Amino acid sequence: MATIVMDDLHKVYAGGVKAVTGISLDIADGEMIVLVGPSGCGKSTLLRMVAGLETISDGTLKIGDRVVNNLEPAERDIAMVFQNYALYPHMTVFNNLAYGLRNRKFPKAEIDRRVREAAEMLEIAQFLDRKPRNLSGGQRQRVAMGRALVREPAAFLFDEPLSNLDAKLRVQMRVEIRQLQKRLKTTSLYVTHDQLEALTMADRLVVLNGGKIEQVGTPMDVFSKPASVFVAGFIGSPAMNMIDAAYLHDKGEGNALPALPQGADLIGVRPDDLLLTAPQGPHLRLSGTVALLEPAGAESHIYVMLEGNSQPITIRVQGLPTVLEGAQVDFYAALDALHPFVRETGLRVA
Amino acid sequence: MQTKRSTFRNGWLPYALLAPQIIITLIFFVWPASQALMQSVYRQGDAFGVRPPTFVGLRNFAMLFDDSLYLNSLKVTLYFSVGTTVLSMGLALLFAVMVNRMIRSKDTYTTFLVWPYAIAPAIAGVLWWFIFNPNIGILPYVLNGIGYDWNHRSSSSDAMILVIVAAAWKQISYNFLFFLAGLQSIPQSLLEAAAIDGASRMKRFWTIVFPLLSPVTFFLLVVNIVYAMFDTFGVIHATTEGGPSQATNILVYKVFRDGFVNLNMGSSAAQSVILMGIVIILTVIQFRYIERRVNY
Repeated sequence: MATIVMDDLHKVYAGGVKAVTGISLDIADGEMIVLVGPSGCGKSTLLRMVAGLETISDGTLKIGDRVVNNLEPAERDIAMVFQNYALYPHMTVFNNLAYGLRNRKFPKAEIDRRVREAAEMLEIAQFLDRKPRNLSGGQRQRVAMGRALVREPAAFLFDEPLSNLDAKLRVQMRVEIRQLQKRLKTTSLYVTHDQLEALTMADRLVVLNGGKIEQVGTPMDVFSKPASVFVAGFIGSPAMNMIDAAYLHDKGEGNALPALPQGADLIGVRPDDLLLTAPQGPHLRLSGTVALLEPAGAESHIYVMLEGNSQPITIRVQGLPTVLEGAQVDFYAALDALHPFVRETGLRVA
Repeated sequence: MQTKRSTFRNGWLPYALLAPQIIITLIFFVWPASQALMQSVYRQGDAFGVRPPTFVGLRNFAMLFDDSLYLNSLKVTLYFSVGTTVLSMGLALLFAVMVNRMIRSKDTYTTFLVWPYAIAPAIAGVLWWFIFNPNIGILPYVLNGIGYDWNHRSSSSDAMILVIVAAAWKQISYNFLFFLAGLQSIPQSLLEAAAIDGASRMKRFWTIVFPLLSPVTFFLLVVNIVYAMFDTFGVIHATTEGGPSQATNILVYKVFRDGFVNLNMGSSAAQSVILMGIVIILTVIQFRYIERRVNY
């Protein structure tokens, strides 16, 4: 149980590559923070800095009341779950779980108790005598979790722990990890590049890009009020549509147009917020040609080409689409569904 | 198991393709081996054909195991192989671990450490002969300075140390490469996990790295024993020639001495048959092991 405080953390590699630049973040006790961003955004580096596997170039890192910048990983009282699980292949599951406790000279009875308790909790008790190579991917994942659990650390660090699992198992483990974390109330830092994982698991999520924080907030905050064009494009699937404000003023119609914020030259609108029938209240209307229909079970995606634009606009509708490919279609967006951005800075307008 | 099977339309083509290898095997292995097998059960005739070779059954073998010189050679071979194997593998592992931890100039060190492997055994022997030469060598000079009178021409233990060092030195490169490859195949995340699990550097090595290296270690163990027993003729010949007083006369060298210097063909042949048996046993062990491959 501990807070984690990052104060202006920097990571510069020997070659001069800056992986993390000036990250400050306060993590409350028991909070689940998800670091999300594209490959190379510095999220894994940041996690490894917290773990002590990467040195901190500048800034201070506190876990609990201690500044841990110069402490060895073992002294930081954290446990980590690795992407490839990093199970010791020559040890049984029991020994994998017990290894960290034995190194810390726990009494034998206590080790036994903790290992069996964790194994019960994760439903791997029947595998304790097996070697990792005789386990399935999901079971290995549980063992990796167990190894973190038995230590009863101040914080869990997860480094894309689900990315090696198949889609179905990933959803199942996602739910289990979240339930477990809520039950144990252990401060957690979770790295993923999967925006859905980020949205569903986080108490607060941190969107990283180019070694900097783009936005911190609850999943709903980040989703409904993305702070930048980058966040708008990264969180939410299909990605948010971006339309030139000038185009809207030129080709768009409707009573929402005069209400667009001053200075915003790029307008974002989520595929869910584009409607085929006019909504109540202020809205705008656009029209284009249907380029492609994509039925996806419960929902469908309609790709519409706007005149003079090369990027199609995505519209998400429930059920089957009611329009035909090649047809001309009108669609609408409510004023409060529009996200105004400034193209040059990439930032949201107010 | 997938079977690779291709069919030839011509009946003789597969045999023609195999012929070179079969001919080489017949001439350079099967024929000499059968000669050795035959000679080992005969007593040598004289050079003038007055007394023809006589069949003596297993007497050559029986005589060998009654011969204190042969038993001594067995003992010397044991010391020599164990010494060479332990020294070369130990140092190679140490170097590999150190190089594996380097970030820059890793390749440079690897290249330097591999060089000795390119040197012919006889040359290596001469090199060490010079270094250890009691009259002109640098090492005896240094040892003399600290009060040790080095002379491998009169001291059996000095001679043994010399041949072990000379033989091991050459093998370090080979072992080093295998150990380095083995170390590099251990995922970094395992060591990171162990570090987080509170294992010290030493503990990480002995509880994670060393067990995971065991397939490599076992393979090298067999290879090194084979090397020390059969491939070190040049080293011995160039340095001590088996002396002083049989102290470094290992089995392979004794075969040569008894056969080609003392011209006792029957005994020499019997000795090579025994060596053949040892090679066969070691090969079987190695193949058994390689088929199982993983042992954790």
